[in-house]
Amino acid sequence: MKQLSVFLENREGRLEDVLNLLKEENINIISLSLADTSDYGMLRLLVSDPEKGKKALRENGFSATISDIVAVTLPHKVGGLQQVLHTLYHAGINVEYMYALCTTTDEAAIAIKPSDLEKAQKVLEDAGAHFFSEKDMFL
Amino acid sequence: MIWNEAKECMSRDELADLQSKRLVKVVNRVYHNVEYYRKKMQAVGIEPGDIQGIEDLDKLPYTTKDDLRDTYPFGLFAAPQSEIVRIHASSGTTGKATVVGYTRKDIDTWAECVARALTMAGVTRGDTIQVAYGYGLFTGGLGAHYGAEHLGATVVPMSTGNTKKLTTMMIDFGVTAIACTPSYLLHIAETLEANGDIPNIKLKAAICGAEPWTEQMRLQIEDKLHISAHDIYGLSEIMGPGVACDCKYHKGLHVFEDHFLPEIIDPETLKPIGAGQTGELVFTTLTKEGLPLIRYRTKDLTSISYDKCECGRTLARISRFKGRSDDMLIIRGVNVFPSQVEAALLEMGGTTPHYMMIVDRVNNLDTLEVQVEVEERFFSDEIKELENLTKKIAHAIQQAIGLAVKVKLVEPKSIERSMGKAVHVIDKRKLV
Repeated sequence: MKQLSVFLENREGRLEDVLNLLKEENINIISLSLADTSDYGMLRLLVSDPEKGKKALRENGFSATISDIVAVTLPHKVGGLQQVLHTLYHAGINVEYMYALCTTTDEAAIAIKPSDLEKAQKVLEDAGAHFFSEKDMFL
Repeated sequence: MIWNEAKECMSRDELADLQSKRLVKVVNRVYHNVEYYRKKMQAVGIEPGDIQGIEDLDKLPYTTKDDLRDTYPFGLFAAPQSEIVRIHASSGTTGKATVVGYTRKDIDTWAECVARALTMAGVTRGDTIQVAYGYGLFTGGLGAHYGAEHLGATVVPMSTGNTKKLTTMMIDFGVTAIACTPSYLLHIAETLEANGDIPNIKLKAAICGAEPWTEQMRLQIEDKLHISAHDIYGLSEIMGPGVACDCKYHKGLHVFEDHFLPEIIDPETLKPIGAGQTGELVFTTLTKEGLPLIRYRTKDLTSISYDKCECGRTLARISRFKGRSDDMLIIRGVNVFPSQVEAALLEMGGTTPHYMMIVDRVNNLDTLEVQVEVEERFFSDEIKELENLTKKIAHAIQQAIGLAVKVKLVEPKSIERSMGKAVHVIDKRKLV
């Protein structure tokens, strides 16, 4: 999955500027997470058109980039997420960050930035995980 | 009290005679011992015989920091290595240090000058003095140290960095004098104040220098600590601290003219200008052996007065500094040039990112923040990577300038673009 990442200074109105820009480009936001430090924030977005979003943001002076993440669906039951992390841990894969995804189905979903993307995809696939894809976002 | 009345109070005529004799000697010394100077003088058609006294001073070419840089490290030394007993160095614009060398006699002269300055501040052999300048390549620590020992005071070589230990010893040892940067002394004063320790100290005098400060700050220090605070001036190229100092009348800094011959010039036309007018301060060292400098341009802007002072000294006085004729910053007593920061950033990524240096004074200590725009090549969606980047930049800058620095990543294009000469520094320190 492609994720749109934006560097934001901790200043009033910067987040709104990003959202306004995406609105004007008619880009829908599916899920987001905002990581903050004392000086700046990192906005991570799953959107309907990441490339278009990146282009618009860069043209307007933001540092924006596309990164690959893994997204898997999880049944709404105890231990679902733990099982996924267990798989990654035993494969020696570290989680750089993760956040919950908004879904329109009965299942929950999670976005993960693993230390080794290809390997993570493989071990999760082998473990029978269900990948969340762009298609699922607009169900 | 005057440390060396014979020299500090001699008549202007006698002083001019002494300066002339010494000038002839130093010109001969550099002409015969320093190839760079010999060529420089030959280039303008001057021989040592053309210099008969201080009236011939303006025939000689100027020396600048560039000359020291071009001859790095020892090219301007006028004494062989076997005669050099000490090296000091300060940061330069290109990351290369400005290196200065002292013979044993130079160290003695320096100690004599600092002893004179301490005496101006009322310090005697009956005093205990904390030297809280940094010890090391920086001239402040060892310069003040040797001067205070020469005077016969009891020296406590604190160096910098541990304010709590400093204030504890100040109280326990009954310290009566201190030498440090003015901003550090204000910080010490506030620490003492916060702990209710002002009544417990015996401090009576301070000699502060190595960074610009105002008369208001001096009065504030005097008021807080109930002491007499004095401004000591110096630069490593000429000697280190102890080139000039103000007496108890605080009407300018007395230049130790028997060792350092001052001139004020117009920095544009390079012509000497009269007493009372503001211009660039230029020094010729009259007695230095290791690194004698002829008409060295300090870049410091000031004016000079030759009137006799109420204290009895006949030595000329320079006024408080009005600024500098180049872009050098003095932060915590360390010379910092924006170009050093630029060079450090350049080394990291091939092209120079946009940056801004913000100098401030928080709790009376200078702070430096460098804002760097996050460009595509620096970008990562992982905080860990951005933090590593921040650390890497901070480390590179710290290596270049020798000062701890806070690096803040900012958005692209958020640093104001200048139409003319790029503005890379915002100095928020209130010195007025």
